[in-house]
Amino acid sequence: MASAIHFCDIKGKSLLSRDYKGDVPSNAIEHFPFILVEADEDPAQASPVVVYNDVNYCYITHSNLYLVALTKNNSNVAQVFLFLHKLVQVLTDYFKELEEESIRDNFVVIYELLDEMMDFGTPQITETKMLKEYITQRSYQLEKKMKKAQQLGPPSAITNAVSWRNEGIVYKKNEAFLDVIESVNMLINPQGKVLRSEILGKIQVKSHLSGMPDLRLGLNDKLTNNAKGVEMEDVKFHQCVRLSKFESEKIITFIPPDGEFELMSYRLSTPLKPLIWVDCKINRHDNSRIEILCKVKAQIKKKSTANNVEILIPIPEDADSPKFRYSHGSMKWVPEKSVIVWKLKQFQGGKEYSMAAQLGLPSVSMEENAHEVKRPVQVKFQIPYFTTSGIQVRYLRINEPKLQYQSYPWVRYITQSGDDYTIRLQD
Amino acid sequence: MSIEKRIKKMFAQPKKGETYELRAGLVSQYANERKDTIKQVISAMTVGKDVSSLFPDVLKNIATHDIKQKKLVYLYLMNYAKTNPELCILAVNTFVQDTQDPNPLVRALAIRTMGCIRVDKMVDYMEIPLTKTLNDENPYVRKTAAICVAKLFDLNRQICVENGFLEKLQNLVEDSNPMVVANAISALAEIHETEPTLNVLTVDSVLLKKLLLALNECTEWGRITILTALADFEASSSDEASHIVERVVPQLQHSNPSVVLSSIKVIISNVEKLQGEEHEVVLKKLAAPLASLVSTAPEVQYVALRNIRIIVEKYPHLMTNYFKVFFVRYNDPLYLKLEKIEIIVRLASSSNSNMILNELKEYGYEFDVEFVKRAVRAIGQVGIKISKSASKAVDILIGLINERELYNEVVISLRDILRAYPEHSAMITPTIVQSFDKLVDPEAIASFIWVMGEFEVVNYESRLSEFVDQFNDLDIGVQNALVYSIVKINVKTGALKDLLAKLFNNVDKVENIEVRDQIYLYWRILSLDDSSELKKLVLTRLVKIETTIPQFQPELLEFLLRELSTLNSVLFTTTVGKGSKQTQITKIKDVKLNVINDENLLDFDDDDSETSKPGESVNILDELNDLFSSSSISPPVNNSSSTAQIAQNSTPVSNNKNTSTGGVSQDLLDLF
Repeated sequence: MASAIHFCDIKGKSLLSRDYKGDVPSNAIEHFPFILVEADEDPAQASPVVVYNDVNYCYITHSNLYLVALTKNNSNVAQVFLFLHKLVQVLTDYFKELEEESIRDNFVVIYELLDEMMDFGTPQITETKMLKEYITQRSYQLEKKMKKAQQLGPPSAITNAVSWRNEGIVYKKNEAFLDVIESVNMLINPQGKVLRSEILGKIQVKSHLSGMPDLRLGLNDKLTNNAKGVEMEDVKFHQCVRLSKFESEKIITFIPPDGEFELMSYRLSTPLKPLIWVDCKINRHDNSRIEILCKVKAQIKKKSTANNVEILIPIPEDADSPKFRYSHGSMKWVPEKSVIVWKLKQFQGGKEYSMAAQLGLPSVSMEENAHEVKRPVQVKFQIPYFTTSGIQVRYLRINEPKLQYQSYPWVRYITQSGDDYTIRLQD
Repeated sequence: MSIEKRIKKMFAQPKKGETYELRAGLVSQYANERKDTIKQVISAMTVGKDVSSLFPDVLKNIATHDIKQKKLVYLYLMNYAKTNPELCILAVNTFVQDTQDPNPLVRALAIRTMGCIRVDKMVDYMEIPLTKTLNDENPYVRKTAAICVAKLFDLNRQICVENGFLEKLQNLVEDSNPMVVANAISALAEIHETEPTLNVLTVDSVLLKKLLLALNECTEWGRITILTALADFEASSSDEASHIVERVVPQLQHSNPSVVLSSIKVIISNVEKLQGEEHEVVLKKLAAPLASLVSTAPEVQYVALRNIRIIVEKYPHLMTNYFKVFFVRYNDPLYLKLEKIEIIVRLASSSNSNMILNELKEYGYEFDVEFVKRAVRAIGQVGIKISKSASKAVDILIGLINERELYNEVVISLRDILRAYPEHSAMITPTIVQSFDKLVDPEAIASFIWVMGEFEVVNYESRLSEFVDQFNDLDIGVQNALVYSIVKINVKTGALKDLLAKLFNNVDKVENIEVRDQIYLYWRILSLDDSSELKKLVLTRLVKIETTIPQFQPELLEFLLRELSTLNSVLFTTTVGKGSKQTQITKIKDVKLNVINDENLLDFDDDDSETSKPGESVNILDELNDLFSSSSISPPVNNSSSTAQIAQNSTPVSNNKNTSTGGVSQDLLDLF
């Protein structure tokens, strides 16, 4: 439960704020820049929760902004952070991008949203789709509707048990699109042994369905059927899924929100083989140059292809004048990140490519560089029509009791690298 | 803008002109111009300009059918009501009228805003509209009115109670609409927190049923509210606890991590009441959701990790299979990396210590110095905790000292390992001796000196004498270690007579009273004739330490388990927020973090206990300080902990004197 919420710029100066409870002094936010300075000076002590003068500062960052919630009491911090992230999401949905400029340009709507999303510190309505029903960016729209219907009430759904979907939605063609997206995180040692691996999967739904359809999803996982299947460690569902039904009968049933939403997410930490394996050797000739020899192999089915593969190889900060030799893809030197990037647009399963690079080093290197800090090789990729876990959608039954229409579910699969697919380098 | 106005503006003072122009716009005959001007006023307000002088003119625009404009005027009112309390009364009429508007949005807006105008006079006019909106046919209005009761209570308790709003609010818990129920509970919880004596939110079996029912129908935030209320409920029997757990377990699958954490809180508060197998089965169900929390946004992860540290201490085996989840990611912010190491060392067991040490070794080569330091300490902690991995830990540490110049941190970690496993001294001492020239950190220097005294280190004389010469410039920890080691070497080998004499001769110049007393004590003891007792006293080895991982004191642990997901559980304090937790706080006010070594301190010989101070206890005290440093209220807790320790130290000192050396205590008394 937050007492006040501030949007602050990169220096910590408040751009826009809403005081919900009045129990935190209005000048408390003036201390926030100092918190940022302290965090910068002593990073080991930095944390997203800071107490100063009996006021608790909980903050998150988003592009060039800080969103700060101030509280006085022993609040539920997890809730506070979740709310701040939700706020970012809603405002991003409204303005495409949330940054300093869009806050200045849209302050009226932001005030309205802040008012609607939280009352006296308690989060209220945070579904963009519902909010957009009655809080619009252009006010004349609202006036027009006003005249037409004489009154524009809150969507009745807001407070219902089905608070995410309005009644009376109509589509000519009733379709539902399912995207099964798996992000693979992996940490591989220089010998090719996987030290840690996990799959973060999610099912993204785009629903173009009329009325109040009731959906039932069948998967080949162990949670929902006892036969041989994929064993998920932990599944999370969108609030539209009936959790108690899932717990008791292991059936996924739901009335979907209209449009796009994330139906479920799951996690698996079964041992995996590297999908894309990079063997990278860096030979360092002090004070003259480094040589990089790199081999990459797509260890996926021959029929599959990995797209947009990027291999980011770390190089010393002071390295320069790169020379590359390679047969496939393209090479780029990104000095500001101290990496060289090897891009392969298409990479078929079973193929193996290699690359050699040479970079010059300054003849006089600084003392600190003598102990080179190790950074891993990072890999990014996408593999369509393929899930690492083997999960499959068996069926998606759509039933709208009143309208009884024909509907078409579509399913797509994709595996991609997570934000932590890394290969450590040899000592 | 007319030419006339522009000319006026040219002549007017710039600042005054702006206000003037806004004022003119606010009373313009054109609705559009008025509305645009209100926007400009709000814009000026947003950037921090004081536009409170426009209050009466803005107020004139309150009666409008344009919701957007109404909202803006209301926003202005909320911000500046305090500067013009008398004028607020002028708005009352509109508010009351608006609460009867046919549009529920307007009714809700009016009652919501009335509660936010924190002016005493407003309170008098709130009774009728609030009563009306609490009984509104539209749930959107009712849910807004429910929160408004909490606002009114905050403004004026008396009026709120006298008008029976609390009962009305309690009735709303029975409402047919889940969101109204959730907001009613949220408001009641808020009131309960500020005034626990009113007992507005007592969960009984009837309400319990209601809450469990509403749980499945609420929005994510409503669920959190209900779960929080459930967590405070004490189940009367194992059946009831089992029922609650059964209904809450499905919520572990919710996509909102905060719902998950709140569910975990409810389950943990009931799990001890479960009997037989169910206890284990339910606990097991928590592991995977807890592990998943580590894949959320960094700030949420931070809350989760701090909470997992608490849970793991209560249920050490819960997460052991998931230790890999806590391996740090390359792009984690530092605060997460540090927190993850805390969990990793606590999950170390004989079956995974090898893998954990290998992982920690990798961290030793990372970029961030703070992270590397923590990793080095963690390697020591794991080596001490898991005896069979001690030699591997030593190998890694020695490797790191050579490759990454982490002399200070490694020496301290090695010292700790020596405390636990003196048998590794042959491998460790040469490394420590070699690193001596690179040591800067006082604790590392003290460690070095302690090792010299404890184990046979050659060529110590010149080094120690350097220290003795600049005795007063040394850190107190180093002074303590120095005195201890010189005495010990002297008793053991008879060497260092000169240094000892120098120490004793200059004792009056010692600034720190504890160190001075310590030297006096040794002086007296050494001048005794009975050298066998003396040797026994000085040469006894320190008690072997079991672990250097700090733990919570049991009472604090129990308290924190009930506080999961709150600020207290993140800061490891008992002091955030006053309200309902007050009783608990007074009860546990003196709670201190307990470290296993504390007990051992009691068993130490006098000299040993003194030297142990630069060792673990200081080390851990620092950590305790760190734990508490973020809270401004906690220092008392801290102090009590350190004084307690000093007291513990000194008790055995005097006891020993009395038993082993007889008349010495009398001599000591003479001295002072």
